[in-house]
Amino acid sequence: MAALAFVEIDEGKVKKSSLEAVSYAHAVAGEVTAIVFGNVSDIEEIGKAGASKVLNVTDEKLATANIMAYSSAIAEAMNQEGSDLLVLAKSSLGDPVSARVSIKVDAALASNVADLPDTSSGYTVKKSIYTGKAFANTDLSGDKKIIIIKKNAIAIKEDGGAAEVVEFSPTINDADFTVTTTKVEKAEGDILLPEADLVVSGGRGLKGPENWGLIEDLAKTLGAATGCSKPVSDMDWRPHHEHVGQTGIKVSPSLYIAVGISGAIQHLAGVNSSKYILVINKDPEAPFFKAADYGVVGDAFDVLPKLTEAVKKAQG
Amino acid sequence: MKILVCITHVPDTTSRIAFTEGDTKFDKNGVQFIIGPYDDYALARAVELKEQSGGSITVLNVGEADTEPTIRKALAIGADDAIRINAFPTDGLFVAKQIAAVAKDGGYDLILMGRESIDFNGGQVHGMVGELLGIPSVSPVMTLDLEGSNAKISREIEGGKEYMELPLPFVAGCQEPIAEWKIPNMRGIMSARTKPLEVMDPTGDAPKTTVSKFELPPAKGEVKLIDPDNMDELVDLLKNDAKII
Repeated sequence: MAALAFVEIDEGKVKKSSLEAVSYAHAVAGEVTAIVFGNVSDIEEIGKAGASKVLNVTDEKLATANIMAYSSAIAEAMNQEGSDLLVLAKSSLGDPVSARVSIKVDAALASNVADLPDTSSGYTVKKSIYTGKAFANTDLSGDKKIIIIKKNAIAIKEDGGAAEVVEFSPTINDADFTVTTTKVEKAEGDILLPEADLVVSGGRGLKGPENWGLIEDLAKTLGAATGCSKPVSDMDWRPHHEHVGQTGIKVSPSLYIAVGISGAIQHLAGVNSSKYILVINKDPEAPFFKAADYGVVGDAFDVLPKLTEAVKKAQG
Repeated sequence: MKILVCITHVPDTTSRIAFTEGDTKFDKNGVQFIIGPYDDYALARAVELKEQSGGSITVLNVGEADTEPTIRKALAIGADDAIRINAFPTDGLFVAKQIAAVAKDGGYDLILMGRESIDFNGGQVHGMVGELLGIPSVSPVMTLDLEGSNAKISREIEGGKEYMELPLPFVAGCQEPIAEWKIPNMRGIMSARTKPLEVMDPTGDAPKTTVSKFELPPAKGEVKLIDPDNMDELVDLLKNDAKII
């Protein structure tokens, strides 16, 4: 197969989840071309992850994320490169863009893919469904395929060579520019929650937004992103983009630390693909302990400073 | 203002997930089905927009006859009429083709649905419908306001929000806090019984993906409890046992 990987950037750097997509493409197809929009400060990472060629789109018109124009450009790149496989990471941009590409190039599409495919007879993927509560082994038909991978499901290859970087100037269709982005609000310098390898999340047990410093101290010490439960976001203690759960962000970090969150089934749905779960709660009957690997029964206001200290001590 | 709201018929978020027939079918036994929670937000916003500027709301579901109670609930919440495409919603592409076939000549100003269904979580149907119809698609939409023949929306991105302006018609995948869920009142429930629900045959389009087998994740082991006064032990476990920090 000939694969194209759609690589996203954040603050000028390649997203880790996109490198996972490149490595998936490399494992399946061998020869990988990547497409990336904008100026990238660490473009060499794409080669290391397994791509041999990078199509870099630097047209000013495409500097701002644009669902319709990006999908046109990616479809054009697939046709130019003869790609029969498009791989990307699940994201707020990747989802709507790839949906449109699938119609443009008439491809079978599978989302939330949790592992490398079984290609012994056809192309079968393991998809995460029911918000992480089950998997569906799914057969894809047709000549072209689009695979959207779940975060932390694929190991990033680190020993690839240098990729050849080529400027790519896709056709600009005016019809793709009827949607105007007027403003982008984004926390700068923060670790993005869906990308994070470690997440520290707080619930109502923290008692109020003024106590979030305890969560942030531990997160900063660990290099973790911060999250929260639905009630916390509903009460505006924290912004919606930190809400983890069934109707919020689904995370799959190596370690999810839940502090003062009881563990309603809707919250668990957002975290059940974490590799390890640590629960800190003063109620020993909190349902979250049943889903946890490690547990501390204790008051968040007592346990959090001690844990942050212990992590600092271990870091030396 | 003509609004099409597409809804899914999905297991309640608290449902125990199990499979039957050699792990090839979802086990509906004892499961309560609901309007997809994200679709419910889309419907609630449609009802608010209708209250503001008039018009009509058609609710659309691709599903077999057992989805009709869910469709009636959407009518009770405030949709004026409904269409059911009489087919099992095999995959996202199949569903998108059905929606596009209905919308093509329907003259809808807005096509709203949830950002994703909570059974298959693909989050692709709105984008596919937009492309099939040649109109913009935006998702996940958190606010949506109309100004004449244009709309102002905000969309969630990783770590923040994007604000956009776009002309009607378009397709939006919705999520909270676009509107508060609406609970049907008695008058709504009564009137829903007699609102028109048209059943249509599906188009001849075939899906491109097929589930061969379902699987459940392996069960979690026992939790290891650590004394709150012994955080060094916890850090040691995370560092040397789990090797994650």
